[in-house]
Amino acid sequence: MSIYFEVLVVVHIVVGSFFAFIGSFGLIKLPDLMSRLHGPSKATTLGLGGCLIASMIYFAGTEGRFSIQEILITFFLFITAPVTAHFIAKAHLHQHVDPHRDVPETGGKTSWSTFESCDGKRTEQLANRN
Amino acid sequence: MIHIALHFGFIAVSLALLMNLWRLATGPTIMDRVLAIDTMVINSIALIILYGIWTQSAVYFESALLLAMFSFISTVACCRFILRGDVIE
Repeated sequence: MSIYFEVLVVVHIVVGSFFAFIGSFGLIKLPDLMSRLHGPSKATTLGLGGCLIASMIYFAGTEGRFSIQEILITFFLFITAPVTAHFIAKAHLHQHVDPHRDVPETGGKTSWSTFESCDGKRTEQLANRN
Repeated sequence: MIHIALHFGFIAVSLALLMNLWRLATGPTIMDRVLAIDTMVINSIALIILYGIWTQSAVYFESALLLAMFSFISTVACCRFILRGDVIE
């Protein structure tokens, strides 16, 4: 393996694991859940993407084959990370946030669409608030 | 050179896993714990990928893909359960 491949692999490994570290550091450092969502859903996904690109370059350099599995994992994670973050934020809104007091006004006739549909009906039950 | 970078990567990702464990143990709400487990699985995938480079074998990618899929499905199921009290209605 030539030195250029090696430098590329090293840079991607270091940058990727550093971003994974930053994401988890944000998970313990930031004050509340809505801020804490930013660390894992952005930085950790970028870190994992860096590690996967490093692996792809490494196996292309040593064995001369181009493997499709890393691209598959990368695309799957890049698609699912926003969906996961959205679901966690939505569950948090319905569990711990009062729609009349804690969120800013929409300026329209109805409240936020996750709490109230456009015809004024409640869309979700606020059953297990605590 | 790659071995030194891999050592750095192992240390950084392991520290990240420990910080996720801290959030999992002390998270004030249940959604913090769900988020911590999701991040833990993503960091475990990074660790598996780095270990695959370390051993120079490509057999670990299938386990990484399986972990990614199970992480997504379990997190969404957990959030559905907390939102609606039921996973599939």
